[in-house]
Amino acid sequence: MVLSPADKTNIKSTWDKIGGHAGDYGGEALDRTFQSFPTTKTYFPHFDLSPGSAQVKAHGKKVADALTTAVAHLDDLPGALSALSDLHAYKLRVDPVNFKLLSHCLLVTLACHHPTEFTPAVHASLDKFFTAVSTVLTSKYR
Amino acid sequence: MVHFTAEEKAAVISLWARVNVELVGGEVLGRLLVVYPWTQRFFDNFGNLSSESAIMGNPKVKAHGKKVLTSFGNAIKHMDDLKDTFAELSELHCDKLHVDPENFKLLGNMILIVLATHFSKEFTPQTQAAWQKLTTAVANALAHKYH
Repeated sequence: MVLSPADKTNIKSTWDKIGGHAGDYGGEALDRTFQSFPTTKTYFPHFDLSPGSAQVKAHGKKVADALTTAVAHLDDLPGALSALSDLHAYKLRVDPVNFKLLSHCLLVTLACHHPTEFTPAVHASLDKFFTAVSTVLTSKYR
Repeated sequence: MVHFTAEEKAAVISLWARVNVELVGGEVLGRLLVVYPWTQRFFDNFGNLSSESAIMGNPKVKAHGKKVLTSFGNAIKHMDDLKDTFAELSELHCDKLHVDPENFKLLGNMILIVLATHFSKEFTPQTQAAWQKLTTAVANALAHKYH
């Protein structure tokens, strides 16, 4: 799965539109993930996961910042996300199925907040982007 | 059997009442074919599916999307009895249509996303969770008779 030039344009322009809201959207996506897919909560026994939790908001910002980094390095995702890839492989070991669940909730969050911009083509590019990021983050699992 | 709470049923039913099935059905199927192009394999006789605009404007896509979403509406009337409600359709999708059940999950997620674009902030995490449960349950019901 390769990001085409059109995909890269769509991804970057989406991130431009998101602006300073990326952190909030990260938190909301996590919230949606925990509520729709309760099994994902097993990775956060040390967190307060109630809606609006400060820990979830902070973690959402972390996730968003990593995605912002990824957007800035679409031509070299493995390089840009190498440290995060190590973290997920050797320390966090989040089962790969969960990346799809968070990716889906990121898409839902963006669809809610930017319905006009979230055209089918942009949706497709973002789905590819999150898939590519997920692949990099699970690439060193075995 | 999946159990839906009163709140979950209310969240689903109240949103559904405001859904334009024809419009949303077409968008849901269209997005499936755009975002996951390999799903086009089931629709060789639909004509032009060569671009986003061709797919989203294709009358056969719109008509079939409406059909599919109308059937989904039936699920909402039988949320306590999905396996029996979809038994025949399950056999059809296995024996005649030969559709991998993975596709039901993909379509379910497209329903969620189109609802999100239409209802925006109203599509709260709680509302999404209720709909997520429903689309998963329908996908499982449609896969139940596979052999």
